[in-house]
Amino acid sequence: MDRIPILKMGDFLLVTIQVDLYDQLAENLESDLINTISKHSSKGVLIDISAVSIIDSFMGRILGNIAVMSKIMDAQTVVVGMQPAVAITLVELGLSLNGVISALNVEKGMDLLRSKMHTSDNEEQDYDDDNE
Amino acid sequence: MTTITNSKEEALIIREQDVVPLRNRVKEYGVKIGMSILNQTKLITATSELVRNLLKYGGGGKVIIESVSNGRDNGVRVTFIDKGPGIADISLAMKDGYSTGKSLGLGLPGTKRLVNEFDIKTELGNGTTVTITKWKNG
Amino acid sequence: MQNNFLGGLKEHENKLLTIWSKLLIESGSDDGAVEEEESKEFASLFLSAVATLNGKFQDSPEFEKVEDLIVGISSSRGKRGFSPRENAQYLTTFKQASSQILSELIKDSEQLYQANLQLNEILDNMTIMTFEAFMRGREDVISRQVDEISEISTPVITVWDGIVALPIIGTLDSSRTQIVMENLLQQIVDTGSSIAILDISGVPAVDSLVAQHLIKTVSATRLMGAECIISGIRPEIAQTVVHLGIDLTGIITKATLASALKTAFDMLQLTVVKRKIV
Repeated sequence: MDRIPILKMGDFLLVTIQVDLYDQLAENLESDLINTISKHSSKGVLIDISAVSIIDSFMGRILGNIAVMSKIMDAQTVVVGMQPAVAITLVELGLSLNGVISALNVEKGMDLLRSKMHTSDNEEQDYDDDNE
Repeated sequence: MTTITNSKEEALIIREQDVVPLRNRVKEYGVKIGMSILNQTKLITATSELVRNLLKYGGGGKVIIESVSNGRDNGVRVTFIDKGPGIADISLAMKDGYSTGKSLGLGLPGTKRLVNEFDIKTELGNGTTVTITKWKNG
Repeated sequence: MQNNFLGGLKEHENKLLTIWSKLLIESGSDDGAVEEEESKEFASLFLSAVATLNGKFQDSPEFEKVEDLIVGISSSRGKRGFSPRENAQYLTTFKQASSQILSELIKDSEQLYQANLQLNEILDNMTIMTFEAFMRGREDVISRQVDEISEISTPVITVWDGIVALPIIGTLDSSRTQIVMENLLQQIVDTGSSIAILDISGVPAVDSLVAQHLIKTVSATRLMGAECIISGIRPEIAQTVVHLGIDLTGIITKATLASALKTAFDMLQLTVVKRKIV
């Protein structure tokens, strides 16, 4: 059974999807990612979909699930590199992918993840201050 | 104008592993008639949605891919046939219910928007047949 | 059993070509038409098909070849700018020429009548096909021109690092809006811009369908990780949008390209500062 590789880069996890996604593969990714976030206490996940040419409602939902589950485990997910044709098709399908944050490319995605981490660190500090 | 079929092939869809090869075949048909990337994407995404329904609700079935033309344009027609339980309420299935994820049901209204022609025939206890057509310049 | 009254025409092919040519010149059409290879080929194929006809001409494979040929000829004449009349006359004069020869060949008036009936049936059907092919040839030219116009009228300007602007000029119909949308998204990828400004001040009117497409464009842009600002909203368009009940919440709109640019700068956390003159 194929599994999509997950790379660890410091506090972040990097996933590059380079094959045609089908249901089982997508579901495996979802569970693999959650387990890996837990294992490394990762703060962020970057999913590179620049090589993905088809995203249908099922896969869209998986991406949404990953974003929400990660957030629950205190990790931010950013999806990068969505192809224009995929974006237009998703809009036409009526999928808004709420909860999924996107960036144009890996570089911008990493910047976004770092800035989000910084913000959440500050939030934690404020919370601690309030509870003094 | 009447539509004529230029070439045709059938595929049996029984397992999830049959999906990706089917999508690729449909893509080849689109590429052969010079369909734009966007239209190819819409066609294959629609195919992906409908073949999922075929597997999950229809218990598997048959898919027919045809290269068609109507005198003005060339296109690809895909027909999904299953002998599953059928759809109880077609008008409900075709209504644009949820646009944000929770339960997208059969995803039919969205899929319909991706193609130029969409036809569905269903009979309780006797299965469902969905036919979609995407024209090259549609 | 249908008697083949037209079989005798084949022997008189050259004479037919001469008469056809004369008739075409008289009608004011291009006098080189019959001299062209394709016309000779058509006449030859047609007369052979007619000579070997057995049964309905619609079922004969020889006739299919003739039809393909005439469809090709008409389509190309359509693209080359022949008038619809000239296109129709191509076959009507051929019919006349054939009819003339028939009246020389067949002396029995009943047989001549039947022969003409048969000739009419075959050639009228073919004339209709040539008309359709002619129209398709013209439509191809038009659609190519439409594409070219679409390309010219939607330039993409990189106004700043990471900001592109697309000023749209002219009427936006459904299909053009889709082209604009695809173009914009591709530009975002190609230039790596995170903000696109779609300026519609050159668009006279926006209907509900176009507005929907614009909203979809903004949604698609956001899915890709960029942002889209719509500028150039004229008062009339703002009124139409509200009267049509179109919901633009969540869409960033600005009255001018300039204010859209300022918003874009704010989003990128850029500030324009006036230099101090010492």
